[in-house]
Amino acid sequence: MHPVAESLHRRFPEIVTGSREALGDLTVYLKENGALEVFRVLHDDPEFRYDYIVDVTSVDYPMDPERFEVVYIFYSLPRRHRILVKIRVPETHPVVDSIVSIWKGAEFMEREVYDMMGIQFRGHPDLRRILMPDDYDEGYPLRKDFPLVGKGWRDDFSFVPKYHEGLPPLPKGSS
Amino acid sequence: MESLEKEKVGGAAAEAPTVRREITLSTLRQAVLNGLDSSIKTEQFLLNMGPQHPSTHGVLRVLLDLDGERIKKAVPDLGYLHRGTEKIAEYRTYNQIIPLTDRLDYVSAMANNYAFVRAVEKLLQLKVPARAEYIRTIVAEMQRIVNHLFWLGTQALDIGAMSVFFYTFREREVLLDLFEKICGARLTTNYYRVGGVEGDLTRDVIDALYSFVETFEGHIKEYNTLLETNRIWLARTKHIAVITGEDAVNFGLSGPTLRGSGVDYDLRKYEPYAAYDQVEWSVPVGHNGDIYDRYYIRVEEMRQSASIIRQCLDKLPEGPFMTDDHKVSFPPKGRVMHNMETLIHHFLLVVEGFKTPPGDTYCGTETPKGELGFYIVSDGSGKPYRMKIRAPSFVSMGAFDHMARGYMIADIVTIFGTYDIVMGECDR
Repeated sequence: MHPVAESLHRRFPEIVTGSREALGDLTVYLKENGALEVFRVLHDDPEFRYDYIVDVTSVDYPMDPERFEVVYIFYSLPRRHRILVKIRVPETHPVVDSIVSIWKGAEFMEREVYDMMGIQFRGHPDLRRILMPDDYDEGYPLRKDFPLVGKGWRDDFSFVPKYHEGLPPLPKGSS
Repeated sequence: MESLEKEKVGGAAAEAPTVRREITLSTLRQAVLNGLDSSIKTEQFLLNMGPQHPSTHGVLRVLLDLDGERIKKAVPDLGYLHRGTEKIAEYRTYNQIIPLTDRLDYVSAMANNYAFVRAVEKLLQLKVPARAEYIRTIVAEMQRIVNHLFWLGTQALDIGAMSVFFYTFREREVLLDLFEKICGARLTTNYYRVGGVEGDLTRDVIDALYSFVETFEGHIKEYNTLLETNRIWLARTKHIAVITGEDAVNFGLSGPTLRGSGVDYDLRKYEPYAAYDQVEWSVPVGHNGDIYDRYYIRVEEMRQSASIIRQCLDKLPEGPFMTDDHKVSFPPKGRVMHNMETLIHHFLLVVEGFKTPPGDTYCGTETPKGELGFYIVSDGSGKPYRMKIRAPSFVSMGAFDHMARGYMIADIVTIFGTYDIVMGECDR
């Protein structure tokens, strides 16, 4: 096991559920409950020092009981090491703790995750949609059950052929 | 205090309910001595800037909370250029996504192509031939020069120094013409491929590049004579939008925006890829963390890029420019036309794409604007299950409020510019 994962597991045995090393990256899996404390240690503790926030994102697995996976990517500038942290949340209660109090850069990233996947961040200072319009109420575009076409303003026009109906017949005489 | 203020009624006294208050010199003096709020009535002022504004480098709206001309709070409103690239990518094969990445940051398309193919190669654990690595390095550094020239010209134009723009665009044109020779397009290049590049560097391109880097140092001096000691430029850039190194790291800033604050984080040094560990170059770092330092770093980076290009051209090895692993690369066209199996192979690569092993990976690349990362989740098919783009412009906008607070409204223009922001990449 990677020393970082081992040390984390020793300190938080009931929150850290596992770890994986693949393609040169370390991934640590956490439980939602209590994860904020692990993040704080990852940032502050001189043993880890993951001071640079790379990204916060999410993946949708509609078939799984815990549908959404929130993925955090951090980098440690002094130690030159990257870590991926993953938390699973169910569709019925898609809420995780916000990490804006630790990494200020997470504010926009978490807003984007909320906008695109509908995951709520507890304690976020300004959780609004960021890329979609503020009053958009047709769901969350990056969820797997949101169709690629058929939900835009273009599809409101009657003369635009509908995606599922196929193309209209060609006019007579054209080849 | 109130008695000092003479209330003066405007021209049409009877009808007009508006009352103009005259501020006398003594009021002002009192105000300066006692503090502003006691004598002159002030109020916070909310100003909407954009979505269309010549200085926003794209379609961006900012809500400014002002106290006089000072910025109290700046709230960026993003998303006007949101095209759903991440959603579209889930329905495209990997080769079909490369042209989508051109459209992210449309002033440095080559760098985006590179960031994407590197992520896919990491997922495939694919080795790229040495010549391809060198060509990639050369073209990526050409793109860095193109991007920084574009930035320098427009930043100076925003501040009011018109002439710099003409000089920087003169050199940018030379490099864009070379792009056209290399891949057939100037802006939407679609040149990098998973496993190599689309075409080889020809002799005349190499010669033209040699003569370009030969003369480029002199051109940088030209820009610097226009700006380096220009009093207006100095007044508009020195000690504006200062951010400490600690804050910049906490916000996740990258590229020249981060290095201006004294943090030497550059992925080309921290996690060397391509030919960057085989040539001599250094990472310029500022120490004030203001707009001037970031300008200086970008100019210095252009020098380093020119040096990297020259060294790579000297060392350019012979050999193939595309991997011979035909699981990902297309078979030679001559064989496709004569051999049944090769034709089927070609057809399947186009229709289904190559398969990636299940798993996920994050791969960051140092583009001219900062760390452009691709997080790709693969389910084993020819299309990504999920693709997240970590856009440096988007992360920079997160720090906009922090960096703009306390500065004057006229500085907004330079603060936009200092991120080298492109809204296509910010909104994706």
